[in-house]
Amino acid sequence: MSTIAENMQGTARMDAWLDKKLDELLPKKLEEIDAQKTPSMSIIATKGTLDWAYPPFILASTAAALGWDTSIFFTFYGLLLLKKKISADVSPLGNPAMPMKMPFGPQWFQDFEWPMPNILMAGVPGFEKVATGLMKKTFKNKGVATVEELRELCIEADVKMVACQMTVDVFGFDASEFIPEVTDFVGATTFLPIAQKSDVSLFI
Amino acid sequence: MTNVAEKLDARGLNCPLPILRTRKAINNLGSGDVLEVVSSDPGSVKDMASFCEQTGNRLISSNESGDGYVFLIEKA
Repeated sequence: MSTIAENMQGTARMDAWLDKKLDELLPKKLEEIDAQKTPSMSIIATKGTLDWAYPPFILASTAAALGWDTSIFFTFYGLLLLKKKISADVSPLGNPAMPMKMPFGPQWFQDFEWPMPNILMAGVPGFEKVATGLMKKTFKNKGVATVEELRELCIEADVKMVACQMTVDVFGFDASEFIPEVTDFVGATTFLPIAQKSDVSLFI
Repeated sequence: MTNVAEKLDARGLNCPLPILRTRKAINNLGSGDVLEVVSSDPGSVKDMASFCEQTGNRLISSNESGDGYVFLIEKA
């Protein structure tokens, strides 16, 4: 009887000691494990216009440059970014946040923000092409890479690029239209676990 | 006087190109080699520091000169 009591006392003391030891050692151990872990990022790219093409490729290429494990899941209009030839346009119509500045001429001219009525943007045929051309020129002037170049850098940096099988079917794409570097055609069920494990998960 | 193994001119390039080019250039170097990068992008100052911290390469120096921002990076 007394031995049982002694045992219980001993166990209680050991538990208290273990608790204290864990409090001391665990934070440091967890920190070490954390520091060893390779950061990871997963991006779901859903848009195919020029202004939305940049973010996934810039973020992925930069993360890969930092040594992170990066993957991009292209779905819906994001699939257009996987085509062999990217023809992404941008429209100021419905994009009130887009600054309308001319990428040529003297500096005061370039600084001027042009007010554009929707009726002009919707009514004038070819307006998107003009806007797209101007945006590309603006980016070129400022030394920003083209989308194709950024995609190439992503491929070089081993960013995993996967396509959503469902939207490939829905929009009638064929696998041959895409760049050969697309590693897989999967569904959300396959990508979600990857997203769950990654440190940074973005929806673009 | 540090022996610069390679020089990278990243002037005229904007984010994220200076970092991406730096990464490419560093990959070609051996451990202990020093890469000199010149950039005109003011954002590259913080970016280079962050890049070195994340990848374990050593940022020897970060200066502003007449041509732009000059960085000396030692490959881990």
